[in-house]
Amino acid sequence: MSNIKTFKVFRFDPEKDKKPRFETYKVEWKSGQTVLDGLNYIRDNIDGSLAYRSSCREGVCGSCAMHINGKYCLACEQQLKELSDTITIRPLANLEVIKDLFVDMAPFWKKYKAIKPYLIGKESSTGKERIQSQDERAHLDKVIDCVLCASCYAACGMNAIDPEYLGPAALSKVNRFFLDSRDSAKEERLAMVANDHGVFRCHTMFNCQIVCPKEVDPTANISNLKRNIIASQMSGKLSKKGV
Amino acid sequence: MKYHSVIVVGGGLAGLRAAIEINKKNMTVGLISKIHPIRSHSIAAQGGVNAALNNHHRGYYDSIEKHAFDTIKGSDYLADQKAALKMTSNAPERIYEMESWGCPFSRTPEGKIAQRPFGGAGFPRTCYSADKTGHMMLHTLYETAVRFETQNERNEMTIYDEWFVTRLIVDNDVCRGVIAINIAKGELEVFRSEAVIWATGGTGRVYGKTSNAYSNTGWGMAVPYYEGIGIKDLEFIQFHPTELITNNVLITEGARGEGGYLVNNKGERFLANYPDSSKALEVAPRDIVARNMKREILEGRGINDKYIGLDLRHLGAKRILERLPGIRMHSIHFAGVDPINDFIPVAPGQHYTMGGINVNETTGCEVKGFYAAGECSCISVHGANRLGGNSLLETITFGKIAGDEAANYVSAGGSSPVNASIYDKILSEEEAKINDLLNSKGKEAHPKIRSEMNNIMDEKAGIFREAKTLKEGLDEIMALKEKYPNIKLLSSNKKANFELLDAIQLKGSLDMAEIILKGALNREESRGSHFRTDFPKRNDEKYLKHTVAKWNGKTADLSYKEVDISIYEPKERKY
Repeated sequence: MSNIKTFKVFRFDPEKDKKPRFETYKVEWKSGQTVLDGLNYIRDNIDGSLAYRSSCREGVCGSCAMHINGKYCLACEQQLKELSDTITIRPLANLEVIKDLFVDMAPFWKKYKAIKPYLIGKESSTGKERIQSQDERAHLDKVIDCVLCASCYAACGMNAIDPEYLGPAALSKVNRFFLDSRDSAKEERLAMVANDHGVFRCHTMFNCQIVCPKEVDPTANISNLKRNIIASQMSGKLSKKGV
Repeated sequence: MKYHSVIVVGGGLAGLRAAIEINKKNMTVGLISKIHPIRSHSIAAQGGVNAALNNHHRGYYDSIEKHAFDTIKGSDYLADQKAALKMTSNAPERIYEMESWGCPFSRTPEGKIAQRPFGGAGFPRTCYSADKTGHMMLHTLYETAVRFETQNERNEMTIYDEWFVTRLIVDNDVCRGVIAINIAKGELEVFRSEAVIWATGGTGRVYGKTSNAYSNTGWGMAVPYYEGIGIKDLEFIQFHPTELITNNVLITEGARGEGGYLVNNKGERFLANYPDSSKALEVAPRDIVARNMKREILEGRGINDKYIGLDLRHLGAKRILERLPGIRMHSIHFAGVDPINDFIPVAPGQHYTMGGINVNETTGCEVKGFYAAGECSCISVHGANRLGGNSLLETITFGKIAGDEAANYVSAGGSSPVNASIYDKILSEEEAKINDLLNSKGKEAHPKIRSEMNNIMDEKAGIFREAKTLKEGLDEIMALKEKYPNIKLLSSNKKANFELLDAIQLKGSLDMAEIILKGALNREESRGSHFRTDFPKRNDEKYLKHTVAKWNGKTADLSYKEVDISIYEPKERKY
């Protein structure tokens, strides 16, 4: 096994460059190192202008999602030893490039903020915590692990064609609160996403499920919302208008 | 030029909690963070947050006083005692508030917030959400901040994410705002304000072997330090006992709280062989466990001479999957080991900065309108050694207090207006500094200086310290500081220049490293996390006092300050 990996990295400054290009860098590596270690090596030693986000380097902060050898993942979790000798790295799709691998996340956050991403519920009357059974709490497992890295958003074919589509991360967040026994805005949440730019834009392509580094399974979360919206419409609680 | 009544710098738990408090009081707030708030290092906290809620069947007799006592004893009596009691008294209310805002805590069979045992605690009082408590709390506070930000009837909250603060504006001991770079554009801007709350986290990255995120460079502490604000007790660096030997990713103390064993190369639970951990074993406080692990390794009983085994196998797959799923994935990703089938290879590494910006229990200091909370601050509630589960607690209790105090200061009229020309003057100074860095004719590679600093700190300011190596380390850091003005950047563009941010922050890291070494060299005793092999005993007569470092324009000058011991009399620490 060679101790050199060839990094082919997407480079683009829309203000200066006519079109994007790939730059090639040789990186000496050892077992245990990740793609992020390789990028850091490049920035420290070869080309200081390479732009990308990173922080925790342990797969929990969600900064460094990018497209690596054909798949979206967190650069800090992707071990170099699992990759071929040539590693091709591109930025997240469906978001505009500011520079290189550093994309404009504003549309992603705008959609996150649009879905009321906070608990709406009655305060406890005792001044202490609200009671939630272990079973009720278990419904939230996995979906609360989302690190908002936007891998799913970039992988989604529907986000590519509909700029208004809320996308898998924001919709999973809707389901996170819909599933919470403490939340009292369930019908409001369903109504909010029962439209063409909400859950019904999802065509169940499973891209988000495949790429999610935290096994959140956005596809299943969106499907749960769809099922509940339809049940609500059948029982007349939710209007069918706009669907 | 931008204006908010209050500026908060830092978007982790302490910063978000402070910003929410200001907004609750219908005052405008701008929160500036060099990374998006959800990326803050608070997210990496695992095991939990302490509060005497009495929810655990063995926690019936717990109380805020006992929590305070454990905190003070854990601090090796260097905590300011009234401040510690203030934190533990506020704890239950803050935790219930987090629950009311939606934090998905794990639950007891009765449906209450679940609590687990943690090091140095007399009762199981660490509230948790599996082993991802920081993640859950940070998401909850960001969600709450978004609620305030998006509700029109509220006064404005603006989050400036990916803005990097280069300068705190202080004029005649009054705080007037900050200067920050919009990272994407590379342009500097003035943020005027009546008050500033500082919440920028720790300085772990001065070390190489650290659990901390790349973001924790210490620059956040350095910025107010350069304006004359003191840095307190920075020699007290917490080394967490269980970090993965491969890349120092944290393995929560909760793994031991849940019943995990630490074993040497003979398979012994060696903590039983040391008088200071013989009773509490794996749930003795972090400083003691880390030291005894290091002793085992140094004396040849480490596994492969390098590490200790953290054995969870006897807990069984079900409990590991339910209570410790995060560290299981960390072990698989970064060490190639599944704790269900094998022990986890761990060793102690840098984890937390007990010291920090010298503020009092109101989070304020001698500079009017400046407040600090969270890891960047030193109030001091952690003294010489922080108990696990108290850092998350500190962020939300003192984050709220900082918000309260700043809002009260502003409502009471703040300070008299300042001549607006100071803003232009300071902005041009900052612009000149950045241009100098980008166009430097020097030859030194800044990443090389950083890695040398990391090695020096790992080798010479670690768990076991002595005068000779501390002195060497200090000389070497001073030599690196001499080199710093001659650094050369590889890139000279302003736009989205992350190398520039690294280079700026390196200066702060070096100055924090200097303070750590100076404080450690001067403190000729062993207390909490600071262990001097040449002075192995605690010396209350000479050193029951806080170290305070002040910037003299080039280096740090040290002085000392009284500790508040008004509640509990200092005693010898045993577990």
